[in-house]
Amino acid sequence: MKVLVAVKRVIDYNVKIRVKPDQSDVDLANVKMAMNPFCEIAVEEAVRLKEKGVATEIVAVTIGPKAAQEQLRTALALGADRAVHVETEERVESLAAAKLLAKVVDEEQPGLVILGKQAIDTDNNQTGQMLAALAGMPQGTFASEVVVDGDKVQVTREIDGGLQTVELSLPAVVTTDLRLNEPRYAKLPDIMKAKKKPLDVKSPAELGVEVASKVALLKVTPPPERQGGIKVGSVDELVDKLKNEAKVIS
Amino acid sequence: MSILVLAEHHDGALAGATAHVVAAAQAIGGDIDVLVAGENVAAIAEAAAKLDGVSKVRVADAAAYAHQLAEPLSALLVELAGDYTHVLAAASTNGKNVLPRLAALKDVSQISEIIAVESADTFQRPIYAGNAIATVQSGDPLKVITVRATAFDAVGEGGSAAIEAVEFVADNDQSIFVKEALAQSDRPELGAAKVVISGGRGMGNGDNFKLLEGIADKLGAAIGASRAAVDAGFVPNDMQVGQTGKIVAPELYIAVGISGAIQHLAGMKDSKVIVAINKDEEAPIFQVADYGLVADLFEALPELEQKL
Repeated sequence: MKVLVAVKRVIDYNVKIRVKPDQSDVDLANVKMAMNPFCEIAVEEAVRLKEKGVATEIVAVTIGPKAAQEQLRTALALGADRAVHVETEERVESLAAAKLLAKVVDEEQPGLVILGKQAIDTDNNQTGQMLAALAGMPQGTFASEVVVDGDKVQVTREIDGGLQTVELSLPAVVTTDLRLNEPRYAKLPDIMKAKKKPLDVKSPAELGVEVASKVALLKVTPPPERQGGIKVGSVDELVDKLKNEAKVIS
Repeated sequence: MSILVLAEHHDGALAGATAHVVAAAQAIGGDIDVLVAGENVAAIAEAAAKLDGVSKVRVADAAAYAHQLAEPLSALLVELAGDYTHVLAAASTNGKNVLPRLAALKDVSQISEIIAVESADTFQRPIYAGNAIATVQSGDPLKVITVRATAFDAVGEGGSAAIEAVEFVADNDQSIFVKEALAQSDRPELGAAKVVISGGRGMGNGDNFKLLEGIADKLGAAIGASRAAVDAGFVPNDMQVGQTGKIVAPELYIAVGISGAIQHLAGMKDSKVIVAINKDEEAPIFQVADYGLVADLFEALPELEQKL
């Protein structure tokens, strides 16, 4: 079975972001970028499926600027067999990303598609669900366990009250939650080998997808600052402040 | 404007989040219908009919909608969406699971987790783990939106909306519910609690979370956790507060043994009052805490419990 795994280049999760002074967006100039953490988990799951003999080939795909090829090379170093880069300098919203991925799914005919549950930049949590809808596949979102059995996959999902297990017919879309696995690190020899693995570049136009979105980003502002607090010296003082100053307990 | 709100419900009861989503719908303005989809949901529909501002409750009661599977539920929403300009749901795991699927089937964008309504087509939502607020305007004919419940005050329960059955039953040969393992808790729901006390890696182990229980009982608080505490296996993951867990905004949030990584702050920094108890006085949590106590939690917690 072929597994398609989608990865996104995002700001490194440890970076403290800055909003541009003109409020047009977040400032990404000279900021460290990395693979979205949920996408790392998606790649890891695909690699584990291959190690178990379930997956026969792993294709990593990304949408974004030329620099996003770094993240594809990372996926290749981690165990993906080849990569597809849909190159565009435009801002690609979830719906357009899902349409582009649906075209790639159409070409590649994977048995399973794995994405992260959300990207830590836009925090949308949409693309996997949209792709499933467009490709006519069932979806197993927020997965913490994935078991492929013949032409079915059992996905245990992290839901608000606990865990839910669903059985989906393949092909299906799975989105990863944090606890699905612990991603491995790429080893130096694998990073070297990854440079020789095939990487196809396509354009949205070739795939016949219009990237422009009907959602306009009007402005981006910093969140309201919290007033600086105080340090109290004892539990007594803390209880007193909560009762008499903040009045949040009685 | 005509708005359809997808009701959130668990265990045969309407979830509190629904009343907050109706409030967001009121901020948009227009007729508000609530859709209750599930199996044996008559009581839930009656509870939804009492929410202020609701014109009509539409009830899709069929085995196909049990367990809120995304495939049949999105098909149902597609069937009904033609009557509306907006479809709203809570940004819960259900809402997040189903609404993007609806949006794609209707070929429109989805706007996730709005925290404010500026107009019927313009909304604010947090991005980058809440470190920036984006104002977005949708030009789509149908607005599909999930709502951060904590950002809107719940509507009251003085209404008496009409209840109407939906006949459409979706086919689903793609997904089957297998089982559910829900965490048992007598305490208030984390997302709706007025007081939340959370433990982090500093708690040391799962047994030490008992130190939070006595305080939680005295304050009527829910107990939360940081990702570090969940990953270490101290507590189940549905207790996680943060970018990847639950977003809470209680009156009082007490962070115990939590350093305050940005992913955790994303889940709680809209709390009214934040208290941090941590032995590391350099911990970033103190930068957002209204009241910080630099102390060993194993000494401070029993003392706090005793003095409340």
